[in-house]
Amino acid sequence: MFHFASALTGRMNMQAFPRDTITAGGALSMVFALIAIAAFLTYKKRWKWLWKEWLTSLDPKRIGVMYIIVALVMLLRGLGDVLLIRTQQATSVGSSHGILNSDHFQQIFSAHGSIMIFFVAMGLMFGLINLILPLHIGARDVAFPFLNSVAFWLFVAGMALMNLSIIFGEFSAAGWLAYPPLSELQYSPGVGVDYWIWSLQIAGVGSLLSGVNFLTTIFKMRAPGMTMMKMPIFVWSVLCSMLLVVFAFPILTVTLALLYFDRSLGMHFFTSTGGGNPMMYVNLIWAWGHPEVYILVLPAFGIYSEVVATFARKRLFGYKSMVWALGAITFLSFSVWLHHFFTMGAGADVNAFFGIMTMVIAVPTGVKIFNWLFTMYHGRILFATPMLWFMGFIATFTVGGVAGVLMAVPPADFQIHNSLFLVAHFHTMIIGGVVFGYFAGITYWFPKIFGFKLNERLGRYAFWSWLVGFLLAFIPLYILGFMGATRRLDHYSASEGWQGLFIVAGVGVLFVLLGVGFQILQFIVSIIQRKQNIDATGDPWNGRTLEWSAPSPVPFYNFTTIPEVHSRDAFWETKRAKISMPPRYEDITLPKNSPMGIFIAAFAFMVGFGCIWHIVWLIVLGLIGVVITVLVRSADEDTEETTTAAEVKRLDRVARKVAA
Amino acid sequence: MSEAMVAHQSHPDDSKSILGFWIYIMTDCVLFASLFAVFAVMRNATFGGPNGHELFSLPFVLAETMLLLTSSFTCGLMVLAGRVRSKQWVMLALGVTFLLGLSFVCLEVSEFRHLVIEGNSWRRSGFLSAYFTLVATHGLHVSIGLLWLVVNGWRIVKRGLGDVTQKRLTLFSLFWHFLDIIWIIIFSMVYLVGVR
Repeated sequence: MFHFASALTGRMNMQAFPRDTITAGGALSMVFALIAIAAFLTYKKRWKWLWKEWLTSLDPKRIGVMYIIVALVMLLRGLGDVLLIRTQQATSVGSSHGILNSDHFQQIFSAHGSIMIFFVAMGLMFGLINLILPLHIGARDVAFPFLNSVAFWLFVAGMALMNLSIIFGEFSAAGWLAYPPLSELQYSPGVGVDYWIWSLQIAGVGSLLSGVNFLTTIFKMRAPGMTMMKMPIFVWSVLCSMLLVVFAFPILTVTLALLYFDRSLGMHFFTSTGGGNPMMYVNLIWAWGHPEVYILVLPAFGIYSEVVATFARKRLFGYKSMVWALGAITFLSFSVWLHHFFTMGAGADVNAFFGIMTMVIAVPTGVKIFNWLFTMYHGRILFATPMLWFMGFIATFTVGGVAGVLMAVPPADFQIHNSLFLVAHFHTMIIGGVVFGYFAGITYWFPKIFGFKLNERLGRYAFWSWLVGFLLAFIPLYILGFMGATRRLDHYSASEGWQGLFIVAGVGVLFVLLGVGFQILQFIVSIIQRKQNIDATGDPWNGRTLEWSAPSPVPFYNFTTIPEVHSRDAFWETKRAKISMPPRYEDITLPKNSPMGIFIAAFAFMVGFGCIWHIVWLIVLGLIGVVITVLVRSADEDTEETTTAAEVKRLDRVARKVAA
Repeated sequence: MSEAMVAHQSHPDDSKSILGFWIYIMTDCVLFASLFAVFAVMRNATFGGPNGHELFSLPFVLAETMLLLTSSFTCGLMVLAGRVRSKQWVMLALGVTFLLGLSFVCLEVSEFRHLVIEGNSWRRSGFLSAYFTLVATHGLHVSIGLLWLVVNGWRIVKRGLGDVTQKRLTLFSLFWHFLDIIWIIIFSMVYLVGVR
């Protein structure tokens, strides 16, 4: 009987539910939020609408919006973690031990890092790529629309697993990259590390599929006449980023799988006994992890390039050098990973090589910074919100970059390795570089997708709160790093004299929260006042690229006729030459909705859950489910539907508000 | 005329899937490259257990290799037969490819079984963990290929040799040849170097 139970439920037991107040509070608030949303949808009778119009949609714009919504919700979760971390650090001094015990504190910073990278930054990135990439290259869709839906739902499945760990079980306490031997079974016997492995593994496979999809889209679906050197810089940045995805994510897949084999099958890849080699893990994870940083930041660079050219009313300065800089960064990003562990003891020669490569990669990044500055030079700059995010980025990112070059010097790195200086450095890069870029992108393209602009005043408030909060939160960390404070610190002695700076950092977090509050308010107010901010022209910012030639909100088919491209800044040149083409209408064939992506991801979720809790039947069931759903989908040949030219004409006239 | 137009219309779609599939194969290359790198690091991590010299038998592995290489040849024949729209030759070549692939997987499983029974499972040492993971990942790919082959065969029986089926056979052959190349690297790096 005992064996039967363990076969049925693996290593689950009642101990898995949360037992301390803070976790229970988090778990309960999540459950209540889900119940509230479900009740609201039921009350409004919106389930069918949600399913038909959104969840099963293969339209990349809808998928993009869903990515961004999930990412913003996860941003709130990640910020909640920050609040706990900084409260703990501001209060846990000397005889006081703060609000969290060590184990819980470790789980929280591990979850914070994993969530912010995998489910916020990646989600915002894939969301914006989905929204804008097809429009930018003058296409109606991505190369593999169904694969796109599968990738999104795998991302959601990974996100769900990670959040499930709060309600049921525990999360990894081994840091956001789970270094062994700490993450091995011997030292982390619970399910936490397995939750970490499987939520990243499933979301990572989704990212890999997206990489394949967007690369093919860029190579095969550009509008006629758009040669590679006429692509908008954003498209180039996505191309480079997706190349990195395709080359880097398989390494993550392997690394996570090997760690799981160690933990579940008793293998010896990274164990401290049995011939295992923990440092091999660190090499592997950073061979993925360093390119990952560039995967996130390159599309943000692309967004900045679009934003600065639009709001400076000038052609982007140094297009070709921008392209070469992107290419150089892509290539070099695979040759710097060891700078994350100079202290490993690989020897002076190895450290010198990676130190020099790290300094070299700053050169193309510098080229880009100067190109952006020269784009603004002699431009007539309009300080709209996207431009503010850009200016904030230029200032903070340069400081963070200089801090990075400082740490590229191995002897200097030995002093500040794993200190709060490092934490401050990479947050400057990720917040100042990546997050600001995606916020700029969301504000910039919002009217294209929804047909009205976001409120500018609240946008400015949000920007300034974020910027001030960011500086207050991280400048103290640079100083604390020099004073010897290490990362992941849940308690310190009062004689260190660190508490004041930790309190300042905590106040900074409050300012960031204020910024987020303004952003939420900005969305609400803008939706209520959408009539005032309506974008009737389809070109609210006097844009330069093809997406602004379509009406706002952009219809599901994107373009009535696929545009022909003769130059960079194709739409700007059309406007300048005052060419207006009489509209032509044609039959448009696009994919039908499909729920199969949701089913595939649901079965993948089962596999992940089964692997975490060692429930064999669930793993088998999930795998069979994945195979069958894939087969059913591939046997379906009726996957497209055609909108007739007459219907397109009618829709286009409605969209452009032309009287029939 | 109309047929040419249809061919023209269906062409870009095919070229998309083929390029997409090449990119997928590239990701798989990186996956195996990582496993090869891991194996290279773990090669001498035998932790007092047996090394490749004591474990591997070259004639056995050579038999596996010949089965897989021949299946690649018959897979090529299958694609050629598809081009001339010969359904029975496609089915024959497909059947032979399947049987050869299945025999390969059976031999591999029996080799694994043998190792485990003798107490040399993946738990024994870092070297054996790396060996089992690398070779079994390839074996898993071959098994997925076999499943795909069955699906393709079933499709041909049901719907004949249409354009979609042709395309899928082409994609399958890319996959199968790729697995062949990976096996040749495994053969050289794991077994040939291992038995010395």
